Amino acid sequence: MTLYDLLVAPFAEFEFMRRALVGVFALSLGAGPVGVFLMLRRMSLTGDAMAHAILPGAAIGFLVSGLDLFAMTIGGLAAGVLVAVGAGVVARATEIKEDASMAAFYLVSLASGVMIVSMKGSNVDLLHVLFGTVLGLDDPTLILVAGIGTVSLVTLAFIWRPLVLECVDPSFLASVSKSGGVSHIGFLALVVLNLVGGFHALGTLLSVGLMMLPAAMARFWVRDLTRLVVVATGIAFVSGVAGLLISYHAGAPSGPAIILVAGAGYAVSVIFGPAGGVLSRQLPRRHLEA
Amino acid sequence: MTAQLRFRDLALGYERHPAVHHLDGVVEAGDLLAVCGPNGAGKSTLMKGISGALRPLYGSIDRAGLDSRDIAYLPQSAEIDRSFPISVYDMVAMGLWRRAGLFGGIGKADRTRIAEAIAAVGLEGFEARTIGTLSGGQMQRTLFARLLLQDARLILLDEPFTALDAKTVTDLLDLVRRWHGEKRTVLAVLHDFDLVREHFPHTLLLARSAVAWGPTAEVLAPENLLKARRMGEAWDESAEVCEHAA
Repeated sequence: MTLYDLLVAPFAEFEFMRRALVGVFALSLGAGPVGVFLMLRRMSLTGDAMAHAILPGAAIGFLVSGLDLFAMTIGGLAAGVLVAVGAGVVARATEIKEDASMAAFYLVSLASGVMIVSMKGSNVDLLHVLFGTVLGLDDPTLILVAGIGTVSLVTLAFIWRPLVLECVDPSFLASVSKSGGVSHIGFLALVVLNLVGGFHALGTLLSVGLMMLPAAMARFWVRDLTRLVVVATGIAFVSGVAGLLISYHAGAPSGPAIILVAGAGYAVSVIFGPAGGVLSRQLPRRHLEA
Repeated sequence: MTAQLRFRDLALGYERHPAVHHLDGVVEAGDLLAVCGPNGAGKSTLMKGISGALRPLYGSIDRAGLDSRDIAYLPQSAEIDRSFPISVYDMVAMGLWRRAGLFGGIGKADRTRIAEAIAAVGLEGFEARTIGTLSGGQMQRTLFARLLLQDARLILLDEPFTALDAKTVTDLLDLVRRWHGEKRTVLAVLHDFDLVREHFPHTLLLARSAVAWGPTAEVLAPENLLKARRMGEAWDESAEVCEHAA
């Protein structure tokens, strides 16, 4: 088998592979940067919780109109926003902390989502919703995913400064500008949007993987914010392509393959990453002059 | 002289409990004022109130038309996430927010000003370092460089020299004196009376309300300090409603 057969032929020969390639590229553009900010704001688990929370909304969309892109997208968006706001309100209005209320919300969401899909549809439908169909992306879905990527990049460009400053020094931001609240809400909206986009390709359970794994991985290689964003986006795309190829050659399910590639990359980064990886800390290197 | 700040029967606090109580007085424009007093005297609360981050429970603060953006405020323990991967250069550049805002470009003139500010605090060569790698003194220098760029008429410093070595304090004090020379109004919460006596013409000795306010030498007299200590902390769960003003 030549390198061409291994890397290029699958995409050259099959349209569904090309569509999947475009899909993971568009997903990476949004998920990479959003994941970096989720990680830096220590909201990694929030992202996870919100990904699960999207399920019942998408499931209700499915209940109403079957595997319909529009209905499931709207349902997913509505549920994501509802859970984000609801968990925030419960955390503020009661004694419970935000992480615990998030956990409560997402567990209930996940269970009700699986319940709804199972009542109406088949196990295949359930698998579709939980793990996505990156190899079955049709035109409208691709346009949606690409649109979400575009909106994400443009929005990030608009809220970049307040978003960064709100992470570093929120009281300073509050003293010079009122944009902190807006940028926070805008950012949460991006998280939900990208999770919904990822949901079509990777399903509700795995969509957050293409956000968090590349971001966490990038942290082991670079320290600068701009580089983090670029590297995370690149890693997300490379994981996507590698996962697609593995799933093609090995006949493995594509969504899990993509996430597992990213997971393997994460393991390698934890060990070999120069910016705080295990080896870089354990290596008996002489200390420097200054 | 014109007034930069005028307090009228000011009460500032949390959950109806005043930390600053019945404060009256005027800070002249261009004044260099030290705010002293025991822990719990309401010094930080007063700074928050002046900056606009805390609303008065009672009374008022007249800022002589200053917008909140004309006030640069360095809190005591800034809630800065030191692990965030931002460079010293970018951190300092944030001081230009008023000019640059959300999208404004950082032009050549701005770059010069940023470089000057970094040089003024003695951090040349540190531009690309992330703030997580800085020592406490270097971090404070970074924040002072940001204050420089904020170009504010009123500067509030809450314990700016705590836990810093003598060299850093001297360097940063030079900046404070430079602001004073530029006729900016500077208020600094300080605990080092020797430093206050040497560098600050006026002092407000605070113990919830003003114990003494005026020329530093008179304010920091032993009898005032003793009085301030006695009037110190007071948070009484079952405190009665204050009838003083009504």
